[in-house]
Amino acid sequence: MGQTLYDKLWASHLVHLEDDGTALLYIDRHLVHEVTSAQAYEGLREAGRKPWRVDSVVATADHNTPTTNWDEGIEGVRDPFAKLQIQTLDANMREFGAKVYFPFLDKRQGIVHVIGPEQGATLPGMTVVCGDSHTSTHGAFGCLAHGIGTSEVEHVLATQCLVTKKMKNMRVNVEGPLARGVTAKDVVLAIIGRIGTAGGTGHAIEFAGSTLRALSMEGRMTVCNMAIEAGARAGMVAVDETTIAYLKGRPFAPKGAEWDRAAAYWRTLQSDPGAKFDREVTLDAREIKPHVTWGTSPEMVVAVDEAVPDPDREKDSLRREGMERALKYMGLTPRTPITDIPIDKVFIGSCTNSRIEDLRAAAAVVKGRKKSSSVRLALVVPGSGVVKQQAEREGLDRIFRDAGFEWREPGCSMCLGMNPDRLEAGERCASTSNRNFEGRQGPGGRTHLVSPVMAAAAAIEGHFVDIRKWTGSPS
Amino acid sequence: MDRFTVLNGLVAPLDRANVDTDQIIPKQYLSSIKRTGFGQGLFAEWRKDPGFVLNQPRYQGASILLGRKNFGCGSSREHAPWALMDFGFRCVIAPSFADIFFTNSFKNGFLPVVLAEAEVDRLFDECNAFPRFHLVVDVERQSVSTTNGETSFRFEIDPFRKYCLLNGLDEIGLSLRHADKIRAFEDKRRAQYPWYY
Repeated sequence: MGQTLYDKLWASHLVHLEDDGTALLYIDRHLVHEVTSAQAYEGLREAGRKPWRVDSVVATADHNTPTTNWDEGIEGVRDPFAKLQIQTLDANMREFGAKVYFPFLDKRQGIVHVIGPEQGATLPGMTVVCGDSHTSTHGAFGCLAHGIGTSEVEHVLATQCLVTKKMKNMRVNVEGPLARGVTAKDVVLAIIGRIGTAGGTGHAIEFAGSTLRALSMEGRMTVCNMAIEAGARAGMVAVDETTIAYLKGRPFAPKGAEWDRAAAYWRTLQSDPGAKFDREVTLDAREIKPHVTWGTSPEMVVAVDEAVPDPDREKDSLRREGMERALKYMGLTPRTPITDIPIDKVFIGSCTNSRIEDLRAAAAVVKGRKKSSSVRLALVVPGSGVVKQQAEREGLDRIFRDAGFEWREPGCSMCLGMNPDRLEAGERCASTSNRNFEGRQGPGGRTHLVSPVMAAAAAIEGHFVDIRKWTGSPS
Repeated sequence: MDRFTVLNGLVAPLDRANVDTDQIIPKQYLSSIKRTGFGQGLFAEWRKDPGFVLNQPRYQGASILLGRKNFGCGSSREHAPWALMDFGFRCVIAPSFADIFFTNSFKNGFLPVVLAEAEVDRLFDECNAFPRFHLVVDVERQSVSTTNGETSFRFEIDPFRKYCLLNGLDEIGLSLRHADKIRAFEDKRRAQYPWYY
């Protein structure tokens, strides 16, 4: 019987298997950041243990770093606790070491899920872990990549293995061309809307079909990034020529004859014909419209030409109560058209949508126009220093600035609001990030998840618009 | 890690589905570099509401949390079980859990128990009906029972996790028993796929 891509990745990393299915799985790449690693290194120190393979570690500070005041150095980090976490990571890197460390202020620093692929430190066929649930992003390269907790970070550091059990196989097929203005973000929001936030729990999801094949690596990363919002720890896409072309020449990618050997192996990283999936779901890409979340869970999502749903029409009482609570928190009235919802702030960034392609798409919408006067802040936070430099070479920073947007230093920023970039209570944000949970972007803040082009257009108009029909206000 | 054998504890009912880890411990409480002290941030936003279940006198001192489906979804932050434990909980009972939260819990000797939806409904009813409602969670027997023994539900637990809980074992130490096997695997992989090293 044929194997799935996940079956192959699993089998090629299996070190030890207990009778009950508990496995030791070998880890190739361990991404480390400042918020979930301190306690792990402390644990190693207390037990007198050393990292098993320092060369597997790629580290950076991204979660709590400020996006302004970089000229002041570490003193620009005003929050003393954030500063302590950054300095603790610096100290742990000095003590324990890494393959490469991009500290705060380094030109190649950035969101860990942006810099891994960008540096060629994420390669097809790897197992990749990080103390961050959006590690699923790296599955776009035909990797088995998932988020782990801090105890597991310590375990991987000490043993180079993860104690885990095999997940079930799920395949989500998306077939057909996407309409103009419909992006990878809308594809994944549509998938979550279909299967729910727990729809992939216990499964590794392979995203497949002609729509996925046609996406760039940036788009595939956006889709895999949000696999966790569908409950799946790991999402992945099979390797093809798009994958290989993206990696060629990256700093940590193999070179010369080794590149040829590696690429030949990587091309085998696909599900075999006839491989068995425990669950399959198929979506028609032609039916996917731009999506906007209305509630406090990513599954609370509708197409932009729809309206805020009415809880009175929900028969399940627990679901109805959840909807009512979400609408109260979001300050929304049932049956309000999505395009009538006004916006206070716009955030373009995060490990979901902060890569060069995302910034180019948003800039194309913004070019020659002005941010609506009713929008207090439109923030653009590039995913990494490398993305930022590339965007500046292309003049994207000028386009955003001329339109009244703020152009910031890289980091996770307002996706989770651990740094000073936050929503105030009651503020409503069109955000390209991945979670619309209560308080995610700041206590009392109201998040609507959208694509970069939808966020950019909302910034111009001051409310959501259907990007497919939008012709733009005169500047 | 402390052993987990039998827990007889007061039950607090949290009647919401999809409780995410951003609610369990909001990000403004994630700034410590230690594993302790997170209890003060547990459900910090919801606790601002005086009517919130954990603010009610009848649930003070609870060590078992009763939840709904997809408990612990979202961020991988292990601060979530740390905060629940620091607050005094040792166990959450729900119809389903998010994968990362579920795993993180066991690593800290904190027990997530999956029961059928109807069983959880029943426990919610009893918890609401009887003040000071206690449950007995027995890991060895894999059972959740009322103190009078009249209601008892069996739960599944993976044998390795059960063994670690009952004995309070350090998982890293257990894995390192296989150090030779890990080294041999690594040598072979390095020879076959040198570009990963």
